[in-house]
Amino acid sequence: MKLNELTAHEIGELIKKGEVSSEEVTKSVFKRIEKVEKTINSFVTLIKDEALKQARLVDEKIRKKEKISPLAGVPIAIKDNMCIDGVLTTCSSKILENFKSPYDATVIKRLKENDLVFIGKTNMDEFAMGSSTENSAFKITHNPWNLETIPGGSSGGSAAAIASDEAILALGSDTGGSIRQPASLCGVVGLKPTYGRVSRYGLVAFASSLDQIGPLTKDIRDCALLMNLISGYDERDSTSCDYPVPDYTKSLINDIKEVRIGVPKEYFVKGMDEEVEKSVKDAIRLLEKLGAKIEEISLPHTEYAVAVYYLLATAEASSNLARYEGVKYGRRSQVAGHRSLIEMYEETRGEGFGDEVKRRIMLGTYALSAGYYDAYYLKAQKVRTLVKEDIDKAFEKCDCLITPTSPTPSFKIGEKIDDPLKMYLSDIFTISTNLAGIPGISIPCGFTKADLPIGLQILTKPFAEETILRVAHTYEQHTDWHKRKPRI
Amino acid sequence: MGYEAIIGLEVHVQLKTKSKIFCSCSTEFGALPNSQVCPVCLGLPGVLPVLNKTALEYAIKAALALDCRIAKESIFARKNYFYPDLPKSYQISQYEEPLSSKGFVDIITDGKLKKIRITRVHLEEDAGKLLHEEVKDSTLIDFNRCGVPLIEIVTEPDIKSPREAREFLAILKSILQYIGVSDCNMEEGSLRCDANISVRPSKEETGKRGNGETGKELGVKVEIKNMNSFKAVEKALEYEMRRQIKALEEGKRIVQETRLWDENKEITISMRTKEEAHDYRYFPEPDLVLMEIDREWTERIRKSLPELPEARKARFSRDYKIPDYDAGILTSSKELADYYEECIEAARRSPVADRRSPVAGRKFNKEIANWIMSELLRELKEGNIGIEECKARPQALAEMMTLIDKGILSRKMAKEVFVEMFETGEKASWIIKKRSLVQISDEEALTKIVDKILKENPRVVEDYKKGKEKALGYLVGQVMKETKGRANPQIVNKLLKEEL
Repeated sequence: MKLNELTAHEIGELIKKGEVSSEEVTKSVFKRIEKVEKTINSFVTLIKDEALKQARLVDEKIRKKEKISPLAGVPIAIKDNMCIDGVLTTCSSKILENFKSPYDATVIKRLKENDLVFIGKTNMDEFAMGSSTENSAFKITHNPWNLETIPGGSSGGSAAAIASDEAILALGSDTGGSIRQPASLCGVVGLKPTYGRVSRYGLVAFASSLDQIGPLTKDIRDCALLMNLISGYDERDSTSCDYPVPDYTKSLINDIKEVRIGVPKEYFVKGMDEEVEKSVKDAIRLLEKLGAKIEEISLPHTEYAVAVYYLLATAEASSNLARYEGVKYGRRSQVAGHRSLIEMYEETRGEGFGDEVKRRIMLGTYALSAGYYDAYYLKAQKVRTLVKEDIDKAFEKCDCLITPTSPTPSFKIGEKIDDPLKMYLSDIFTISTNLAGIPGISIPCGFTKADLPIGLQILTKPFAEETILRVAHTYEQHTDWHKRKPRI
Repeated sequence: MGYEAIIGLEVHVQLKTKSKIFCSCSTEFGALPNSQVCPVCLGLPGVLPVLNKTALEYAIKAALALDCRIAKESIFARKNYFYPDLPKSYQISQYEEPLSSKGFVDIITDGKLKKIRITRVHLEEDAGKLLHEEVKDSTLIDFNRCGVPLIEIVTEPDIKSPREAREFLAILKSILQYIGVSDCNMEEGSLRCDANISVRPSKEETGKRGNGETGKELGVKVEIKNMNSFKAVEKALEYEMRRQIKALEEGKRIVQETRLWDENKEITISMRTKEEAHDYRYFPEPDLVLMEIDREWTERIRKSLPELPEARKARFSRDYKIPDYDAGILTSSKELADYYEECIEAARRSPVADRRSPVAGRKFNKEIANWIMSELLRELKEGNIGIEECKARPQALAEMMTLIDKGILSRKMAKEVFVEMFETGEKASWIIKKRSLVQISDEEALTKIVDKILKENPRVVEDYKKGKEKALGYLVGQVMKETKGRANPQIVNKLLKEEL
């Protein structure tokens, strides 16, 4: 097996023991990138020189027998909406095509302190708006399992990079499913932590009350290890929680006896993909066999989640994206002779944003406008509370919930791009999680006949990521789905 | 026909915290452009605001000083609009659930006390500054001011004249300066004021027409911006009142709009009408959490409030038995009032003070007040310095006043002594010693001089004896001249009368 095909914990061990160097690992990753990147398009920016420099520094530390973290020297890919000092942060948007961040996001700072090696920035739907990564202004990322299909989104680049062994670890962000849905479609592990678990400082905001950074990894242990590093209170993020961070690897026990699992009936509806339904139900049966207690439950407000989401997320986005107007940084329209400031704003934003971003800015602006605010934004906030109450109630009886991550496996590039409503339904099973602020994971639970991955979603109470990791880890111990590799 | 104005004010005041409201950049005024900025106040992609607790404390302090109720829970809101001085294209402000509401300020108008109700006091961030003149055909932006904490104070439409508006601002300024939350310097922009004004027939008029109900209806209001001094506020409102009355008399309608005050032309100019007004699309700021304002904390802040100007003025007239006018001037700034009180305190403790004399009494308090209001304030004004930088400390002034009181120093000499004290900060007794300025009260010594003067001026002595009272004054003057002003005039008078 090549180095780049190993998991992060395997590589971490080898580096620590001095059996391989970080430089060798980093080189193997870049060798892979050179080989497959032109067919996959996971990255928008690669920083090979910096990465190798960083890797050598870690190797130096090891030679000097300095104390290092378990993931020291492991190459990681970062979604292009997180700021790394001195590196382009484009959000896959033309409007930020030349923006180099002058500061590190808190997650980046923490990873730097733990000597991880940054290899590049991954492609995404522009400003994280989308479910297929087709909304990138720069390139279309292909699903490593079938190059004609999408990798999911918006963290499609990160998911594809993990699935194709172009990176050992990756970070994504999840506003309505943007970590879990691509993880599901690319057959990798993707965790959206509790809102407030990971600092958002330095994550370019899409919808501030929903956004959360999380890991995309090859297995659950890697996920736990990365969570150990990125979790925790940050004084720079008022919405981050000062809640103790456990050692997540301690929850990786192969035992789910007496764990109460709820299966929401609203997530298994007529017309859903049969192969997805079968795989998820098989997974539930396996968990039951392993000792979990399965119970059907109801989340009656589920049907409103998508509508609520597209009002609140777009309202926040319309305000968050207002700062890109050509005055201070990023792209300014070069159309000669703006007659007025307003015209410069209009030209800049007209040229700089893609269709989906414009669509959402308009939706959100409308939802916040005088005379519509009560009917849309405020009403949506109230329904958000109802969705959350449904979930809180479910957790009185259950320790976690299990659902499919996505209603379908990956679909053809171009298939839904002209039908926003159809595209929006890709996130139907993942959105409530963000509305409620709870953690959720997607893990591989099968493949379709066409050899496309299927994901299982596990949700739990706020700050109970350990429950998710325990159930996921137990499932992983009894299945091989996560070990399969696409043939590229 | 008689008209009355209905005026409401919206005042923005910069809080003088060391750092900005949502980041740790300095708020120092006058630094090099864009030298006090960071990713947060520049609104770079990915940054988040974190509330400066001192800004909240100052805002609560101000709200309490204006008798507002402090909310138990309060939230920030985003006010969305595009302008180059606003890097996030929204201002973090408050909309629903403001920090405080329902306060009031007492002003004195036509010799009577009047309550101006305060609708709300809320916390928000300041914007940057556009510089249009630095480079030809360009506009530059200085973001140093961006993120400086502001409070917005909104009044009810209780103000009935431009004069009252100015009076309100003066009192508001003195309160906020007193509690130390702001410099309230309109030139540096640390206090800014917008006004809403409408006119309607005055009560007497509507009474005459027997049409009381209609008279209660408010006219169409106009917002006025860009007033850069208290005087400008008064002038702009006066102009606007005249303009609106003229329009009504001509049968025209008043348009609801925002108008700008043109300081040079002394007129208001239409900026935008109601239709063109912004829709700010306020919504709760998702990057900041609910502010839960602890009652105990509020109470601690309340207890820490100093005595406010109104109360202090009343106490000065009552306790020091000085006229209201004097008390008003002495309490117009906290520093001046502190100076006066320290002066009185020092005089009471002074070793030279004769405790049986009226040193601690009414006359002496008035003497000190007079000295401060005339000599001290004049010197400060001439030197263009603030009282806090004044070298003549209250203790030194107090000592000088007791020397005058004991007849050791004449008032005339004291003026000279004070000029030197003001420049050097030295004690009066030291200056006197240095310049041999001690008053001559020794009767034996003075008798010799008096005899000499009488001998030299036989004709004046004649005149006096014939009944010319004025002649005595001339003789006193001659003695003073002989002694270079150091003779005690009372004793000279006495001696002359005896000799004559």
